[in-house]
Amino acid sequence: MDVLTLARWQFAITTVYHFFFVPITLGLSIAVAIMQTAYYRTGNKVYKKMTKFWGKLFLINFAIGVVTGIVLEFQFGMNWSEYSRFMGDIFGAPLAIEALLAFFMESTFLGVWIFGWDRIPKKMHLASIWLVAIGSNLSAVWILAANSFMQHPVGYAIRNGRAEMTDFFALITNGHLWVQFPHVFLGAVATAGFLILSISAYQLVKKQKHEVFIKSFKFGAVYASIGSLLVILLGHTQAQYMVKIQPMKMAAAEALWDSESPAAMSLFTVGDEKNLKDVFAIKIPGLLSFLAYNKFEGEVKGINDLQSEDEAKYGPGDYVPPVAVSYWTFRIMVGAGVLMLLIAFLSTLKALKENYEFKPLWYKVVFWSMLLPVIANSSGWLFTEIARQPWTVFGLFTTAESVSNTVTAGEVLFSLIAYTLVYGLMMVIMIGLMTKYAKQDVDEIEKEEELIDDSILSNA
Amino acid sequence: MDLNTLWFILVAVLFIGFFFLEGFDYGVGILLPFLGKKDLERRAIINSIGTHWDGNEVWMITAGGAMFAAFPNLYATLFSGFYLALVVMLLALITRGVAFEYRSKKEDPVWRNRWDWAIFVGSFIPALLWGVAISNIIRGVPIDENMNFTGNFFTLLNPYSLIGGIASLFLFTLHGSIFLSLKLTDNLLDRARSIAGKLWLVATALLFIYVICGYFYTDMFSKLGVNPGAIPILAGLAILSVRYLLKIKREGWAFVMTGITIAFSTITIFVGLFPRLMVSSTNPDWSLTIYNASSSPYTLKVMSIVAVIFVPIVLAYQAWSYWMFRKRISTKQKMEY
Ligand code: HDD
Ligand code: HEM
Ligand code: HEM
Repeated sequence: MDVLTLARWQFAITTVYHFFFVPITLGLSIAVAIMQTAYYRTGNKVYKKMTKFWGKLFLINFAIGVVTGIVLEFQFGMNWSEYSRFMGDIFGAPLAIEALLAFFMESTFLGVWIFGWDRIPKKMHLASIWLVAIGSNLSAVWILAANSFMQHPVGYAIRNGRAEMTDFFALITNGHLWVQFPHVFLGAVATAGFLILSISAYQLVKKQKHEVFIKSFKFGAVYASIGSLLVILLGHTQAQYMVKIQPMKMAAAEALWDSESPAAMSLFTVGDEKNLKDVFAIKIPGLLSFLAYNKFEGEVKGINDLQSEDEAKYGPGDYVPPVAVSYWTFRIMVGAGVLMLLIAFLSTLKALKENYEFKPLWYKVVFWSMLLPVIANSSGWLFTEIARQPWTVFGLFTTAESVSNTVTAGEVLFSLIAYTLVYGLMMVIMIGLMTKYAKQDVDEIEKEEELIDDSILSNA
Repeated sequence: MDLNTLWFILVAVLFIGFFFLEGFDYGVGILLPFLGKKDLERRAIINSIGTHWDGNEVWMITAGGAMFAAFPNLYATLFSGFYLALVVMLLALITRGVAFEYRSKKEDPVWRNRWDWAIFVGSFIPALLWGVAISNIIRGVPIDENMNFTGNFFTLLNPYSLIGGIASLFLFTLHGSIFLSLKLTDNLLDRARSIAGKLWLVATALLFIYVICGYFYTDMFSKLGVNPGAIPILAGLAILSVRYLLKIKREGWAFVMTGITIAFSTITIFVGLFPRLMVSSTNPDWSLTIYNASSSPYTLKVMSIVAVIFVPIVLAYQAWSYWMFRKRISTKQKMEY
């Protein structure tokens, strides 16, 4: 395999892996902060136990989120040095700002939070978890600003053989960013919501009907419902934006070979990618036009027309992304979203009825539902990034031009194998620990606490 | 002063912060399996940096980000050029970060012992490799007229950079042992003190050998002139004073002095480098400089505004967090890690 292919695999594996942990950090940091706020306000020990229980899981997750992020930051220079030369003027800025504004904040105050229990004033301790939550979510804004530029370049000029920034403000007010960030953020809320929901259901069914898990189940159900509902609504907004700025991506998502007006939405298509046509398809008339424009008419452009338009614009070449992957990753994300909404709503109803008896099948569904947002997140990113091909920066710079020219295939292969092995091992260890702590008896946590408190007093 | 120079200084400041702060927690990680005999002792050692190691590591991440934003060509040439060394370092950092968080999450002694050695290796490798990397940058590596690195992994393993690596390894370990003398109590405190005395001798000797090698392998001396100025001399005096300060048990001052040694040595290297960022051994004219490797004036301006506002804020709250958790750690207290 050549350097380009290997570097792409490496990027795909390392970012998708990073993004298993990121949404949990984003959503759970806020959830834990809310729980601790409730404890601070009411003094109710149940909230303290919730904070501690979910806080533990949060930390186990956070550790891997951090270390996998460092690999990504280095990777731009290591595997994509030509990209870094061409784009660094614009792209480096949000990355550096992210570190300075967000990473310092989240890491410093996380230390304060972990070590601050019973050591620093309660108010300060509460503030520190909020600062962690804000820091993490701020970091998402900045990295997505960088990614949004790649999807929709703004505020730049091509000078001195590279893209140079001309308007920083345009970079952070990029329309793409402000449809992308809410979508990613709410996806993260849903991800954390489902994690809380599933593990609470596990505890309620397999362990004990403890107050902590009744409250957690309620919280998870509401959190997941809000996240799922809004992520879908925003997904719709995002799709409308996408039709405007990257029509090819929409066409690929729908396997729409020829322009249609009004356009039908495909439920299931088997396509022939070589000859750019359908073999078999089930379609709902007009629905795609609705998705794109909120009305059942209007033309949605097809792949064949867009290919000729792009050739006229950028010169001869193949501007069609891998259609099958785009089509299916998009459907997996949307499908997962619909299921999530359903499960989250039903769970909320259950919580409203104060009914914590689970039929075996329903328990299984709720328990495994924590995988749905994970699947949606990964397929969402795979879709966004793959359906942008052949570009790394849309319309400006291709993936083939981006790759490092001094790095050898052997080096990339070595690192690819090394990361994959280490990441695999870490995943096993992490799931083991998560399981251990998810099964923990919450009253045990408290007993440990009391022991510790006593020992502190006797030492004082 | 133009913005390119300002950013050269800022990148240097980030590296100083990184080496000063992460320097001691690499040192602590390296000493962990040797100083801590029992589990509780090891926990106390890890907890002494528990609050801070992640915040310290962000100095490195920010230095990387700043290079990307201000000197994209440096970021591209350096990172793609030092490829395998960086892969090894990243693997070490991955293991280390996870190890801190996971080691005490199970009672199992085998589990804990494994993670302790992971912390050791994960701290040892970057402490060594950063010295190797910096030495190569100043010594010069093959770079062609298109700013592409034309050497390979073995190009980086030359005597000068290896001595630089071992010197930084010992300097950081010394720095870490003195930090531990400030944070621990009882038995552990005695052990940290005694090892600091021994490490001092090795670290000082290596540092002076490194300086002498600099005369043969780099153009630092011809650039700095016969009178190198106060900074390198102070760096040397600072490390010499550590011996005495340790003897009279003034660890606080000893820590300041190893800190000064680290900071001033880094400054010396950056001054020797200026206005270059990476020296080309193929042809001096092909070196990366703060002009040919930099971002546009506009980007530098934006980034300067951001840095001027936020660097002081970061410094303030990090200092605050050190102040909040300044107490010594004993094996008898509640521990988080
Ligand atoms: C939408 C959010 C998001 C996205 C798309 C990314 N990250 Fe990330 N990253 C985070 C959100 C995040 C976070 C929530 O802030 C993390 C995850 C867990 C954590 O500890 O912080 C983090 C950690 C993290 C760290 C370690 C920070 C520390 O030590 O505290 C680095 C260096 C990066 N990331 C870099 C990247 C790069 C270069 C990415 C692009 C390819 C990237 N991240 C994608
Ligand atoms: C964390 C979520 C992300 C995931 C899961 C993800 C996924 C992917 C995948 C699968 C590819 C490979 C596409 C291909 O080669 O076919 C890719 C490429 C790439 N992405 Fe992302 N990405 C993420 C975030 C980002 C962000 C935030 C940025 C920029 C800041 C970014 C920049 C790039 C670059 C530079 C490439 C390499 C060139 C390319 O192959 O297109 N990605 N990403
Ligand atoms: C069910 C309705 C949904 C719709 C219509 C939808 C729509 C979209 C669209 C159009 C994109 C691509 C944006 C672009 O490339 O410009 C996208 C990306 C993405 N989606 Fe969804 N989505 C839905 C559900 C979900 C769910 C449930 C999740 C996760 C919990 C999710 C997570 C993501 C992620 C992580 C990305 C990549 C980042 C981005 O570009 O925003 N999506 N989605």
